[in-house]
Amino acid sequence: MAIKIGIPRGLWFYDYYPLWKSFYEELGAEVVLSNPTNKKILDEGVKNTVDEACLPVKIFHGHVLDLKDKADFIFLPKIMSVYEKEYICPKFCGLPEMVTHSIKGLPPIIDTEVNFNRSRKSLMRTVYSFGSYVTKNPITIRRAYKKALESYHDYKLKIKAGNYPINGDFSSRDEKKSSITIAVMGHSYNIYDNYGSMGLINKLKEQNIHVITPEMVDYRKINEYAETLEKKMFWSYGRKLLGTAMYFTDAKNIDGIVYLSSFGCGIDSIIEELVERKTRKRGGMPFLLITVDEHTGEAGVNTRLEAFIDMIEWRKRNESNLSTHG
Amino acid sequence: MKATFPHMGNQYVAAKVLLEELGVDIVIPPQCSQDTLEIGTKYSPESICLPLKVNIGNLVESAKAGADTVVFSGSCGPCRFGYYSVLEKEILRELGHEMEFILFDPPQGDYRTFISRIFKLAQTSNPYKIGKALRRGVQILYQVDALDKAAHYKRPRQREIGKVDFYYDKFHKEVRNTCCYKETSRLIEEIKQQIMNIEEDPTREVLKVGIVGEIYTIIEPFVNLNVERKLGEMGVEIEKSLEVSRWLTEHLFLSPLKLTSEGKIHKAAKPYLKTMIGGHARETIGYTVEYAERGFDGVIQIYPLTCMPEIVAQSILPTVEQDYNIPYLCLIVDEMTGEAGYTTRLEAFIDLLRRRKERQESEELLSRH
Repeated sequence: MAIKIGIPRGLWFYDYYPLWKSFYEELGAEVVLSNPTNKKILDEGVKNTVDEACLPVKIFHGHVLDLKDKADFIFLPKIMSVYEKEYICPKFCGLPEMVTHSIKGLPPIIDTEVNFNRSRKSLMRTVYSFGSYVTKNPITIRRAYKKALESYHDYKLKIKAGNYPINGDFSSRDEKKSSITIAVMGHSYNIYDNYGSMGLINKLKEQNIHVITPEMVDYRKINEYAETLEKKMFWSYGRKLLGTAMYFTDAKNIDGIVYLSSFGCGIDSIIEELVERKTRKRGGMPFLLITVDEHTGEAGVNTRLEAFIDMIEWRKRNESNLSTHG
Repeated sequence: MKATFPHMGNQYVAAKVLLEELGVDIVIPPQCSQDTLEIGTKYSPESICLPLKVNIGNLVESAKAGADTVVFSGSCGPCRFGYYSVLEKEILRELGHEMEFILFDPPQGDYRTFISRIFKLAQTSNPYKIGKALRRGVQILYQVDALDKAAHYKRPRQREIGKVDFYYDKFHKEVRNTCCYKETSRLIEEIKQQIMNIEEDPTREVLKVGIVGEIYTIIEPFVNLNVERKLGEMGVEIEKSLEVSRWLTEHLFLSPLKLTSEGKIHKAAKPYLKTMIGGHARETIGYTVEYAERGFDGVIQIYPLTCMPEIVAQSILPTVEQDYNIPYLCLIVDEMTGEAGYTTRLEAFIDLLRRRKERQESEELLSRH
């Protein structure tokens, strides 16, 4: 019987899951995904995490619990750094430890360390280490990795073409022509999690609004802008968001920004502030910050979104002589 | 140029001596107070961690006193401290204080910029002069940390409660009026002697508690609501896992050369946390293990709300608590922390430790006969 590998549907899932899924499937393992975030997953996650952790980390714990009895291995890599001289949030770096100390009785976890902070030399070694849980054959692993890369690039291209990977699925696509374009910014695991974000993207689309996400912006443009920062931004997610914000401010191809942040996010406490300074204060761009945690009421978010959209419409009519506050 | 720097416990004494020896004009920010915090909270992003808020308060107060240059240290991730300088500059600019920042980030191989910044601050490129000032600054740093240690030792043992802090407060008042290395050094030694000469009460049962957590919150007494004084007066001798003197030697001089003496601590933390994750999470865990092995009565973790590395440490520490059978208390501080609740929790924890110790001792006594 094939080994069952469980991939939790949270955090880096939205960026990398096609890579991992096809990698393990190529190697002959069976991949089990946890269910899309729902109330039960959230509640279980909240119960089993330290109070101070942020919403996405709590949701992630819920996903791991969801997989607990369904898989032989749980895929929980220790992702320290994916680009040179950059890091991901400290909670990502310590995630395997955090999960294993908070949840007892888990199946064995795949906690290979991914660290390209100094160089990418260790890339193939890391890939073998991931593959070694299924097979020891380096040739099979290399072949599977190539296949996996292809499907990963496909995934990225699909997003760039205007598909939203809501919960990791491409069910919704942007087709209708609309007069308003809004950028939804935030960490990929916040904006694409339909339950965690309270359906933010879908809500905007229901109002016939064209939505852009940072993943749809050409990353060369993002890099170009991020290079001009006075100090190198050392968080990969933060760098992407800042670069995107600077690009939008210059290009002026959107009507407003909705920034989705989770309460207690250390990265957003800095990035959100800088994004707001660059877009709203200096660029005169309408900006709305929505902070979510496990207690956020949906009605309040709806009201704020409606007010924000009304304001954008009025601004269009009144030649932008209206405040940029959300 | 009038240089200033944010507060962090006693390090201002060393920074003051260093800059004075270099001949730089300085403005020492007023002692952290409720005003400082209010200024900081008003102008900082809402969800940023507490150290930045207090820093902003310090810098604004210094700017009002005429400072125009900020000397600051940094890091390169993954903790958000690395981006403090950028954000602080932005906030100060918005408030109309055009301040120049001289940053001392870990060089990451780029020693040229690092050295040019030293020259800029020193306004000289005479390596002898800079070396001398640096040596003296570091010496003072070690001296004030030794003074702190003396106070930690005496506080729980003093016969008359409040005696240590009488001298300690006197030191902080007088040090602002001293100048340069010799005078400051003499003052520190004098106060240390006075503290050491305080009469002890030999009947006191002294508990030992280790303080671990985020470096700024455990070092700056204003932010941790004077935990060392509170515990000292409850008859507890404390030891802190991190000190500025050690931090400086480790981070600025030793770590680029890979000579850190923290290997032992990292090894102790290894079964729980395999790699560094930024901040001081690994030290928090490592020192907890070490304190347990050295037979401490308890461990207290203090960190500012939303501190990312410490949250990871917090979720691991209960396992350490069980494995080593050492009581552990977690205190989280932010600008809303109420002192009464904080003190109550401390008192309850210390009561627990005392009961535990008494019971252990009487059990030993019983089992002997």
